[in-house]
Amino acid sequence: MARDLDAYLRQEIKSTPFCPGCGHGILMNIILRAIADLQLDMKNILFVSGIGCAAWIPSPHFNGDTLHTLHGRAIAFATGAKMANPKLKVIVISGDGDLTSIGGNHLIHAARRNTNLTVICANNMIYGMTGGQVASTSPLGTVTATTLEGNPYRPFDLCRLVLGAGAEYAARFSVTQPLVLMAAIKKALGTEAFTFIEALSPCPTQFGRRNKADSSVQMLKALMQDCITREQAKGMDKDLLKTKIITGEFNHE
Amino acid sequence: MNDTKEVKSALTPGSYFFTGNEAAAEGAIAAGCRYYAGYPITPSSEIMERMSQRLKEVAGVFMQMEDEIASICSVVGASWSGSKAMTATSGPGFSLMQEALGYGVFTETPLVLVDIQRAGPCTGQATKVGSGDLMQAKWGSHGDYQIIALSPWSVQEMYDQTIDAFNLAEQYRVPVFVMADEAVGHLRERMDISPLVQIKNRYKKSGAAPFGTEEKDGVPPMPSFGEGESITVTGSTHNEFGVRKTDDPAVHERLVGRINNKILNHRENIIQSESYSLDDAEVIVVAYGFTARSAFFAVDQLRKSGKKAGLLRLKTIWPFADDLISHIGKLGKKLFVPEMNSGQVYGEIRKYADCEVIPYHQTNGRIIHPKDIIAHIERII
Repeated sequence: MARDLDAYLRQEIKSTPFCPGCGHGILMNIILRAIADLQLDMKNILFVSGIGCAAWIPSPHFNGDTLHTLHGRAIAFATGAKMANPKLKVIVISGDGDLTSIGGNHLIHAARRNTNLTVICANNMIYGMTGGQVASTSPLGTVTATTLEGNPYRPFDLCRLVLGAGAEYAARFSVTQPLVLMAAIKKALGTEAFTFIEALSPCPTQFGRRNKADSSVQMLKALMQDCITREQAKGMDKDLLKTKIITGEFNHE
Repeated sequence: MNDTKEVKSALTPGSYFFTGNEAAAEGAIAAGCRYYAGYPITPSSEIMERMSQRLKEVAGVFMQMEDEIASICSVVGASWSGSKAMTATSGPGFSLMQEALGYGVFTETPLVLVDIQRAGPCTGQATKVGSGDLMQAKWGSHGDYQIIALSPWSVQEMYDQTIDAFNLAEQYRVPVFVMADEAVGHLRERMDISPLVQIKNRYKKSGAAPFGTEEKDGVPPMPSFGEGESITVTGSTHNEFGVRKTDDPAVHERLVGRINNKILNHRENIIQSESYSLDDAEVIVVAYGFTARSAFFAVDQLRKSGKKAGLLRLKTIWPFADDLISHIGKLGKKLFVPEMNSGQVYGEIRKYADCEVIPYHQTNGRIIHPKDIIAHIERII
């Protein structure tokens, strides 16, 4: 029931700004449910976000302290806030372009320092708010406002990127996998280290309509079809695997 | 109102033989700075090196960040967590920090930045002196806003003005810049540390709107993260409780007006200057920073040879001393403005002084020598 989470939301904010079919509302729900399950005190949580659609997940909706910062810089602001008051639980929630392109340097350095932050990256694989330009996370061939013939470049593998930089824990799940995504967020929040969650979130408005999935249902179905577990990936045909997104928990191995 | 109190100085009172950069770090510690984040850059790095040691001794936090952008952003975050926080840099780093400084202004975040100015533009001459960042200090970030910028001329003043900078930042909830130059930063001379230091702390009032105020001075109380106040901070236009209002013209106008007026309406309390031998002077040198030392020496020499020169030393660059300059412009004297840039303060003086104003620009990476000031003034008188 949605009303279960009333205490976690600012009651004076009446609506979210997300487009129909956007996955960020589901992610918002999953994050708050993880916090509720862990019985974390919202008065002791600082949510930090950058610029973009995903940055509006916590700000101003979440009823804790929220710091809505500059494009790309959420992790840097969060580092200062956390280091100055280590008692705060600091959670960064922002988008893929924000955290991994313009903010990529801060991401890898926070992972290297093992700063005690949980970073939740809502990855819709495109710059949504600015009109659907190609991102560092757009799959090869994606049609965007700036790649009408298809994205010529490979996307980042974000989990491998942060693990390579020193993150303690990284997991990738889609909002179409809400229970495992919530479990991963709970695990990350319960770990006193730099932890990273990549939450795949559909953007029918900017991604879907240019890439043959212009209804939100179509996009959700496509995500459900594309997301496979690491076990399913084992032994899968190479060409088929290229079209899939491997989800799961990724640790140092 | 602000909590103002006298505290014991961090160092044993007495005389010290410090560089300007060391003195700035000591001023920060004395003022209660407990968070420093920075990135190495000549000629300011000694501030960071000293802070890395001194903060350990006072249970503060030191962070060497991945770049200047991260440094200033983390300073803003630390300030909202309740720490007095600072960074130091030089021209290229100051350029990188401009967007986040605008964030600091718009979110009314107290912080201190020490800029040890070197010869720009661009990488320029990294180890050489300049004072070309003054207009950047005022206008470097986009939009209409006010900051406070100070200009020290001695090692003593690096200490004193860094303390002042923290007090002004806390009082007005605004980024405050100590716009020193390389010559003052690397100058080593005697300075005194007095037993007591007057410090100001930000005004707190539980439940009050952190971004709106009915109070006369226009500076709202500032809560910190973790105090249970459910603060919303955003760099977007926001109402008095910090909630985004990005299409309400009245909210934008009110907010922009207030963050400007809270500084401009207190110019008399903020702006500081010193004058030497102005009364009967025919030529008044208007100078700041290291150049004011050369000017002071030059005026003294000119007086000894019977020439009526005086010195007005600007200790505050922004907000600009417009009333003072306007007053001096009416005294029927000539003004001479030597600067280690292409006339950044000269232009401001021209705006307000209704008299002859003679600029002297030097952009060769060297200090302006007293003999050059003397030679120019002898031609004018």
